[in-house]
Amino acid sequence: MKKLLTGDEAVALGAWEAGCHFASAYPGTPSTEIMENLSLFKEIKCEWAPNEKVAVESCCGASLAGARTIASMKHVGMNVAADPMFTFAYMGVNGGFVIITADEPGQHSSQNEQDNRYYAKMAKVPLLEPADSQECLDMVKMAFEISEKYDTLVIVRLTTRVCHSKGIVDAGERKEIPIKEYKKDITRTITVPALSRPMRIRVENRMNELKDFSEDTPLNRIENDGKSIGVIASGMCFYYAKEVFGNESSYLKLGFTNPMPQKLIAKFCEGKEKIYVVEENDPYIKDTVRALGFKVEDVFPFCGEMTPDVLRKALGNEELSALCCDEDKVLARPPMLCAGCPHRGFFYEIGKRKDVVVSGDIGCYTLGFAQPFNAMDVNICMGASISAGHGAQQVFDMVKDNKKRVVAVIGDSTFFHTGINSLINVVYNKSNTISVILDNRITGMTGHQQNPGSGYTINGEETVAINIEGLCRAIGIKHIFIVDPNRLDEMNKAIDNALAIKDEPSVIITRYPCVLKKMSLMDKEEFPDAFKDKYTVAESCIGCKKCLTAGCPAISFDQESKKSVIDRDMCAGCSVCSQICPVKAIVKEEI
Amino acid sequence: MDTKSILLVGVGGQGTILAAKILTIGLMESGYDVKMSEIHGMSQRGGSVSSHVRYGSNVLSPVIEKGRADVIVSFEQMEAMRNLPYLKKDGIVIVSDSKIPGLPVILGKCPYPKGIISSLKEKCRTISFDAYSEAENLGTSKCMNVILLGSTVKIMGLEHISWHDIIVKNVKPQFADLNLKAFDLGIKLAEENDFSNSIS
Repeated sequence: MKKLLTGDEAVALGAWEAGCHFASAYPGTPSTEIMENLSLFKEIKCEWAPNEKVAVESCCGASLAGARTIASMKHVGMNVAADPMFTFAYMGVNGGFVIITADEPGQHSSQNEQDNRYYAKMAKVPLLEPADSQECLDMVKMAFEISEKYDTLVIVRLTTRVCHSKGIVDAGERKEIPIKEYKKDITRTITVPALSRPMRIRVENRMNELKDFSEDTPLNRIENDGKSIGVIASGMCFYYAKEVFGNESSYLKLGFTNPMPQKLIAKFCEGKEKIYVVEENDPYIKDTVRALGFKVEDVFPFCGEMTPDVLRKALGNEELSALCCDEDKVLARPPMLCAGCPHRGFFYEIGKRKDVVVSGDIGCYTLGFAQPFNAMDVNICMGASISAGHGAQQVFDMVKDNKKRVVAVIGDSTFFHTGINSLINVVYNKSNTISVILDNRITGMTGHQQNPGSGYTINGEETVAINIEGLCRAIGIKHIFIVDPNRLDEMNKAIDNALAIKDEPSVIITRYPCVLKKMSLMDKEEFPDAFKDKYTVAESCIGCKKCLTAGCPAISFDQESKKSVIDRDMCAGCSVCSQICPVKAIVKEEI
Repeated sequence: MDTKSILLVGVGGQGTILAAKILTIGLMESGYDVKMSEIHGMSQRGGSVSSHVRYGSNVLSPVIEKGRADVIVSFEQMEAMRNLPYLKKDGIVIVSDSKIPGLPVILGKCPYPKGIISSLKEKCRTISFDAYSEAENLGTSKCMNVILLGSTVKIMGLEHISWHDIIVKNVKPQFADLNLKAFDLGIKLAEENDFSNSIS
């Protein structure tokens, strides 16, 4: 049956068709929808893990126990998961094990542009690179076969455009694969040096066998042979290249890229006048071609997406005639906190403080760095706010008469991800930082996935909602302030109180649901009045524009009436603007 | 046939994604090869969003090159101007004559630019009407995406596809009638606001 699917949806369908039994992931753009779609299949036990390391470790166990299993993550998630991945690569599998990495050329929604193909090389595991949705489905099925045949976990590398582009896919049926028997065999699964040294050798032998596979598999193939110009490409870049190079070039399409098919590459390149390699992120294929002694044209940019217009421009080809836009009629439209976002109150208040260094983290709230709040100094990776903040505070305090106080800011899901480790460090090493946990009751940025604090599993089953306050107390935090961030006076007082504690760490928990969240029964009980009100600007508005400093997309300034206006549809009733207004001209609508 | 390219642009939350979804399903069911690409990491945070839709007998890249879009469908004035370099020389712009202020406007740093529609009309064949108000008149601004879908179908000469069935299957049942009205209105508005022949 034909279906129009994104790459992410096709990956999930491929895993289901391959008889996958168990799946685990932590959400991350552009990989999130893989797990969301896997969870729609009742035959697969699906879980959101608190982080990618836990997800991969769960899958390691599931594989050993005999199940076909899949873990998915965004590129930077693989950094978190690398530890178990590298050692499990030595151990081999029982049930097939596939790890999906979703890389981000062009950094649409990520903090870096790392090329995770090198992980496959470093971990010595097979690597596949699908180019479209059909290939996502086919290659995931094949990855399970390769995994079991060659006794190794397999990495499938997607990119944003593969994940989020739709194409027509031939959907098939599920092939039921029985769960394999578990047999204890410590020569494969205990990694003390005496036992893992022989594993290291087995890994090398396995990769040698896979070299033959790479030469022969139809995943690596030559198209339109016999032209003087040769183009080598993997993933979505294959289609980009075909748009630009057309029928006048020969193509080597690479779908299986670790180990690389060196003989096939040499055969393809032999006698070509010019060789181009089209790939995104780093020169992973290009370096191999060069190492084989072939000259590769060096024309394409070293970063960003290699979309057809980028390639055409780099080749110096005639650009398609395009209309120019009037630059003076186009203003920037950066993302901003939503109307009713519960993070607004905190950033509005912390942005006014002097001598405060705000250590940020990964989530919607990273937008606190931007105008109008300008309330963030740094953000590194998931969980780093609290630990980097701790390190900075330790050094600030070495300076005589230091006034700088570090405030670390982290979301609830990110806190469970890796922030909890950092907070343990803060307590253990007797730090005095202020950690603000923005608890909006959901994983917001990636589109509302449940997490260990939300009270529900991926399938919507009720589960324990881990209490953040209790967790903080258990590890030894003595000063905890829980506030409604939409109450600016409460927010302000909590910040004052926390700053007043000079020699011990404190935690502020701002607890209010994300405005976009579908409220659970639990939320409705706890926040019965949330998002019900509407605010409006009264005639008494003096046009001072103070309310605009809330940075709310629902408020704008009407140049004609010289008064602020609120878009009623957008207003979510958080009341932050009405608290900011110096003349109380923003009022709740009477119902 | 050659690949045709439709670029739908707007601001996060306007419903461009659903419009593109219905469009691509219709194209697939009527036998075209279809590819669609969108970037939506920031889609609900007020950023610019776009959906690239390409169809034909064999579509390669899902991403539209600059200068290659047959039609740009913009849910908002400024986004039409921003994406104009994607339009091909004889391409058409369908634009909702409505405004969504971005951060600089909200912060009061500068006013929303004036004269966008008239400038577009000087540069290329432009069909404009206030889809936002038209949608509000139908009952909710949320159906402006289906109004603009109707206009796109008209302009691309795709009326032979059974859109009504596809819309009913892809919207919530309680909004089916409303969306069918919106779709038909979109076709009508495209006709009323354009006096030249549609491309096919």
